[in-house]
Amino acid sequence: MSKILVGLKRVVDYNVRVRVKPDGTGVVTDGVKMSINPFDEIALEEALRIKEKGGATEVIVVSIGPADTQQQLRTGLAMGADRAILVQADSVVEPLAAAKVFLKLIEKESPQIVLLGKQGIDDDNNQTGQMLAALWDRPQATFASKVELEGGKAKVTREVDAGLETIEVDLPAVLTTDLRLNEPRYVKLPDIMKAKKKPLETVAIASLGVDTAPQFKTTKYEPPAARSKGVMVKDVGELVAALKQKGLV
Amino acid sequence: MAKILIVAEHAGGKLNPSTAKCVSCASTISGAEIHVAVFATDGAAVAAEAAKIQGVKTVLTVNNAANAEPLAAVLAPQVAAVAANYTHVFGPSTTFGKDLMPRVAALLGVGQLSDIMAAEGAYKFRRPVYAGNAIITVEAPQDKKLVATVRTASFQAAAQGGSAGVEAANVSASLPSHTRFVSRSAAATGRPDLQTAPRVVSGGRALGSSDNFKIIFSLADKLGAAVGASRAAVDAGYAANDLQVGQTGKIIAPELYVAVGISGAIQHLTGIKDARTIVAINKDAEAPIFEVADIGLVGDLFTLVPELEKALG
Repeated sequence: MSKILVGLKRVVDYNVRVRVKPDGTGVVTDGVKMSINPFDEIALEEALRIKEKGGATEVIVVSIGPADTQQQLRTGLAMGADRAILVQADSVVEPLAAAKVFLKLIEKESPQIVLLGKQGIDDDNNQTGQMLAALWDRPQATFASKVELEGGKAKVTREVDAGLETIEVDLPAVLTTDLRLNEPRYVKLPDIMKAKKKPLETVAIASLGVDTAPQFKTTKYEPPAARSKGVMVKDVGELVAALKQKGLV
Repeated sequence: MAKILIVAEHAGGKLNPSTAKCVSCASTISGAEIHVAVFATDGAAVAAEAAKIQGVKTVLTVNNAANAEPLAAVLAPQVAAVAANYTHVFGPSTTFGKDLMPRVAALLGVGQLSDIMAAEGAYKFRRPVYAGNAIITVEAPQDKKLVATVRTASFQAAAQGGSAGVEAANVSASLPSHTRFVSRSAAATGRPDLQTAPRVVSGGRALGSSDNFKIIFSLADKLGAAVGASRAAVDAGYAANDLQVGQTGKIIAPELYVAVGISGAIQHLTGIKDARTIVAINKDAEAPIFEVADIGLVGDLFTLVPELEKALG
């Protein structure tokens, strides 16, 4: 039995233009469309492809969040995951706490691979996978754009500032995904029906016995400073003149 | 008092400018004592460069054959060991720092603050979330070590002219062998580095093909600029992945940014909002890029870009 654990975070949908609440206490999420974090969707797609090629026997999707997060887990099941675990949490779970929760699940499930998105598009932290690998004392291959499994190893191509880097890691390991690893499949209606029958287990975060108290305190949310309105020029001549005026050419 | 350790980023025996930007950030914390640590096989040359950054008091070198490549799993236990004597540990918010620092934080049993854009005190910072659509003020606990990454686009590199002492540090940490470097393919373009270039010309999906993308390279060469691309252009295969500018690519702050055929999705804009001057060329007058552009020009890029190149002499 070779398992892959995939993390799915419920976030404000990629296409929503997020706005700060007027009182500065957060961002507007009431009535806003929620989705699976896009990087996590890529992680699930990769896990499914590994399983389809015979590299794993079971794909388990895991989420940490409020009860509504079941929606995203059901979507994950419809994509093809075998079962789901919701670690129910009604307050903020920071990346270190999320890593500790995943470690608890790893102890129970003993996966060969844990696949996570490289960052959540809400808090943009880019931490959980690396932290989990450290706590688990296992390899990490972050920002993956290509994953090749051979024996008990994974050869992973990573998107780094300088270009592409390839590393080899022993399994089990934590992999985090970059955008170009794959293109996630669309969910078909019959799969949505089938997903309703797949197991979805809910676990209260408090029952796991890990310290999930937040370490950081967010005291204020502000909209970003707006750039002042620029000028429109008619043609290239005016453009070059404007650049010259600013001393840029 | 804050005693800040900065993990140097380097490659090929040269210090990455991101390190001097981290020093800038650390210097805004009043009374901070700033040290830089160089983890390498032989860090002497990099350490000598780091010692010249103003504001740095001491440079530590940690030499080990295992440090030939920047593998987070190998470096993290060493950084965590050196961190024992410090209140803060900073790294750059580049792929190097993003990979390494959370692993360091977890080994130290603490959380991490990502992408510091401003320090309002030793334990109070501002950082962007939601692709820069919100800026939050965060307070960190004073009784814990603070591990953080610094958003390099928010800081100018600290000036040269310092003369810090260089010391060799002995680190005893058991290093894993479960992670091995295989290869790196960097596009040797001869052009300026996208992350640090004062001028950048970027192309978007409207270029239509990798062949058409050549006019972007041509204009960039005329301006002595680095080349960037939108996610759409990279996804479509018109440009290499390391050219991507935006939320999930590179966050840059050049003096001049020329966006060609880029509509200006919020995820792209978050990567350029610290640019001094943004020029947009797009055939759609309603494109969101014009909301942030300092100078906008509506028209066909295939006509305008060669014309601009010619007009620049």
